[in-house]
Amino acid sequence: MTDTTGAAPPSVRALVRQRRRRAASRFWRQYRAHRAGLVGLAGLALFALVALTAPLTVGSDVAGVTDAPGRPLEGPTAEFPLGTDRFGRDLLGLLVWGSRVSLLVGLLAAALSVVIGALVGITAGHFKGAYATVIMRVTDWFLVMPALVLAVALAAVMPRSLGTVILAIGVTSWPTTARLVRAQTLAVESRPYIERAKALGGGHGHIMTRHVLPNVMPLVLAQTTLMVSASILTEATLAFLGVGDPTVVSWGGMLQDAREAGAVSAGDWWYLVPPGIAIAGVALAFTLCGRAVESVLNPRLGVAR
Amino acid sequence: MTADTATAPAGGADGAATAAPSPRGPRARTWAAYLRYGAGKLGGAAVSLLAVLVTGFFLFRLIPGDPVKTMTGGRPVSAEQLAAYRREFGLDLPLWQQFTDYCGKALTGDLGTSYQFRAPVTEKIGEALPNTLLLTGTAFVLYTALGIVLGTRSAWRAGRLGDRLNTGLALTLYSVPSFWLGLLLIIVFSVGMGPVPGLFPTGGMESGGEEGLAHLLDVAHHLVLPVITLVAVEYGQTLLVTRSALLDETGSDYLTTARAKGLRDDLVRRRHAVPNAMLPTMTLIFVNLGRTVAGVILVETVFSWPGLGGLFYQALSVPDLPLVQGLFLFFASAVIVMNTLADLVYPLLDPRVGR
Repeated sequence: MTDTTGAAPPSVRALVRQRRRRAASRFWRQYRAHRAGLVGLAGLALFALVALTAPLTVGSDVAGVTDAPGRPLEGPTAEFPLGTDRFGRDLLGLLVWGSRVSLLVGLLAAALSVVIGALVGITAGHFKGAYATVIMRVTDWFLVMPALVLAVALAAVMPRSLGTVILAIGVTSWPTTARLVRAQTLAVESRPYIERAKALGGGHGHIMTRHVLPNVMPLVLAQTTLMVSASILTEATLAFLGVGDPTVVSWGGMLQDAREAGAVSAGDWWYLVPPGIAIAGVALAFTLCGRAVESVLNPRLGVAR
Repeated sequence: MTADTATAPAGGADGAATAAPSPRGPRARTWAAYLRYGAGKLGGAAVSLLAVLVTGFFLFRLIPGDPVKTMTGGRPVSAEQLAAYRREFGLDLPLWQQFTDYCGKALTGDLGTSYQFRAPVTEKIGEALPNTLLLTGTAFVLYTALGIVLGTRSAWRAGRLGDRLNTGLALTLYSVPSFWLGLLLIIVFSVGMGPVPGLFPTGGMESGGEEGLAHLLDVAHHLVLPVITLVAVEYGQTLLVTRSALLDETGSDYLTTARAKGLRDDLVRRRHAVPNAMLPTMTLIFVNLGRTVAGVILVETVFSWPGLGGLFYQALSVPDLPLVQGLFLFFASAVIVMNTLADLVYPLLDPRVGR
């Protein structure tokens, strides 16, 4: 009897699980073929490792202004490979510690932004008429608020914290995603197979999730990773403009410190270069991953590699 | 983006393969539909502008802190003086009255008086606008052209070495913070580093003293680094979207048809593929204007360019509410107008939209 139960058709749930597992392994097989994507993934793993192990390698007291280990504004030496900042703190330690803020803010803000954007974009593209008019008016309205200006204003209104920075970036950066997703939704919905689906009695939910979403998904995924890059850049920008969380060490904040300490006119390149490279590195890693994901999910982009 | 380019995808292009559209009827209907669509867009833009006006007021009134106290910079000031300031800037009136006053004035072009410069905001904007237009206009034309040209080439030769280098560089520059790139360019090319002497000025727009041609050359000299910074950080996105939009088209049947009837590769690309790939690109170029505002604020701040962005940074750091508000209204309205133009152009580019 035990044999027959084993041979019985697997439950729906098991089938779904199996199919998902297969899809995931197929996805990974195709992803592996993209060299740039692997480089990006390796970069991300490296940054994640550095950020996660930062409490062990440098510890939070690296950010303390009192008892700084070196003299202010020392160039790179054996003791301080990247030199010291204007308080005499070890720049390498600060750089490592700052990765935590950049990654955290980038990921959370991008997730917030893309979820809002995709939801708004698909529904606005699908439901034409009054709903779309109103929602796109709201989107346009958010879109035309120069995002940085609005983010600066929000960050200034709300209490200074990382949550504020995340919220300020998230609620100001979604309209781009919404508009792109809506444009794609409009293009998809004007194709004949949507008309067929409607003629066969497909409801709004069916069309949006079964027809539009799969066609929009590559764009959404690529947009998510681009959004992470953009969020990391915006976080750095806010910190550079002086509206970030002043109690945490971030790469943008380090650049602002450097500028205020006169590193530009003094030609202290070693103060300015590392944080910028770190920001660009993380942003680039996310972008490379996103593009690899995009070309796997969208077979027509297969040549992209 | 005239109707001329737009008819290429619509009419199947080149006349040969497709039947000519029937004379009057459909075309007249199309135009009626387009006018309705355009009127809707224009009405929407008007509502958006109104919403911007309302937000501009409340957003900056909600910032905590007494603007008068901020204005006096924390100096000990007598209560009478504070009251006098309040009266001067109309801050003693009830909120709704401030709001109606503000709306009435904004609609007539009066954006109030800057706390810090003691000059009408409209005047400050008017002074800074040409400088910003010069910087942004130059950069916009350059990065859009560069992005579209390189993106088209990249997509047409996707996967080859040239494409990989092209996209690699674009992605890298896209990931670089604009203010950081600006600071580095200043260190290397203005302050001078190692063998490189200070080739370009560290900031500002003119050295002063020159006239005529010398003045123009001087401004151009000051323009180089800020424009390079803006173009470098902005062209990547245009390139990538042009490229992926064009790649989306490369497998299409109509391209196979075009090739089958013997068109040169170059014509297939220019007349058939590129026009169809322009919709997402157009969306992005105009959406990007909002991003360009951010870029301009940062680049002008870093290079001390006497434009709207630099003015905005100065206003924010005080904070000089009327000036911030005026600039906010100006930036937002400018982007609304540009986006409305984009909306009006879509149906000409892609006849599937706007019916």
